[in-house]
Amino acid sequence: MPGLAPAALRVVLYEGEGSTPLDPGQRLAALVALLAAGYQVTRVVSGGMVTPQDSGFILVLGQFQEGLPPVPAAEHREGRLEVRDVAGISGVGIAEMVEEVRAARGVEAPGSWTPWFPVIDYGRCTNCMQCLSFCLFDVYGVNDASELTVQNQSNCKTSCPACSRVCPEAAIMFPKYKKGPINGDVVRPSDLQSESMKVDISSLLGGDIYASLRNRQKTARKRFSTERDESKALLERKRCLKKLQKNLDIPDEVLMTLPSVGDIQDRARRAKEKHAKRMARSQTVQDQQPAPSVDDWGI
Amino acid sequence: MMGRMSQAKETRVVYCNCTYAKVVPEDVKTEVLARLSQSGMAFDAVADLCEMSARKDPALKRISAAGEVRIIACYPRAVLGLFRAAEAPLAGDRVEILNMRVAAAADLVRQVLPAAPPLKEKT
Repeated sequence: MPGLAPAALRVVLYEGEGSTPLDPGQRLAALVALLAAGYQVTRVVSGGMVTPQDSGFILVLGQFQEGLPPVPAAEHREGRLEVRDVAGISGVGIAEMVEEVRAARGVEAPGSWTPWFPVIDYGRCTNCMQCLSFCLFDVYGVNDASELTVQNQSNCKTSCPACSRVCPEAAIMFPKYKKGPINGDVVRPSDLQSESMKVDISSLLGGDIYASLRNRQKTARKRFSTERDESKALLERKRCLKKLQKNLDIPDEVLMTLPSVGDIQDRARRAKEKHAKRMARSQTVQDQQPAPSVDDWGI
Repeated sequence: MMGRMSQAKETRVVYCNCTYAKVVPEDVKTEVLARLSQSGMAFDAVADLCEMSARKDPALKRISAAGEVRIIACYPRAVLGLFRAAEAPLAGDRVEILNMRVAAAADLVRQVLPAAPPLKEKT
């Protein structure tokens, strides 16, 4: 999905001064329905503490004893607050009312995207950039402080945790993943061991990667000189891919949407240009600094 | 659970419903939300902290900036990472994160609503 805009509708169940509390069943049913539909709901009671008001649109629902309270002038002017009485409306009916107000206001419907994306544990990340090199979908990037960052969350492929498995420090989490430590559970020494085993490409090839490659080259030369069989090569490639997919827990759909060779080359070119620009900029900054004086050297 | 705060009256409660995944046990989510709803306390309930983090929802900044908060969600490491990713880092000494993926509903309710009557044993 293109760009992720902040949610723009907050529902407030007002049960403070001047209102009659909602019926317990009505309140719970409304909460369940609204949360299932993706809304943020705040319950307000007298003397209670909640998250402060924001600049987005707020829909206040309550059973008001003396009719609807007046909307403050500023909010009325900006049209960012609406008050509705929900007396006699069921919990599900309340959720339907919210949906109607949202649609009438032209506010984006929540829940249009499944939030699956990597979250970095910066306490563990060493900025090695293995994940950035590994991910083919441009999810990762580097910020101005040269720190790894997740820049395109919506590019991430739902249910694919492969990049977290190539992280040697188990610093990449997918909070909705089934198992730890990828789901955010505590990282144990044994996890680090098993994670690194999974990503060690040399182990996938059976030990010493260079020896494997040399042997593979020799065998290939011999084989291709006697039998140049493209279908066999394709089969072998498929077998390798299957093994990699199993080890990294990559869903089938991800393999179906891999970018083309051209896309990858294009991305590599862009990354190279970005890096060159950054290097040039840092060189300019260095050039603009005055030459160190005797004092600077502490002499 | 990370952090442990006093049961100060001004501690806010944020409940995450993890709406877009089925990784939090349904019975735990339902029981905790029902108890919160029954209680006379104010609270914020969000559909999904992950979605809010990806959207860099300004509400996360307000949650992290507004003093002591008790967040009922999932693994503390994940919750801290989600807030940091949204440029709303949580201060370790002002936040308590309760994990619905591993804790029993009765334990969570005891921590959030100490005055609540014990849950009935499920048979």
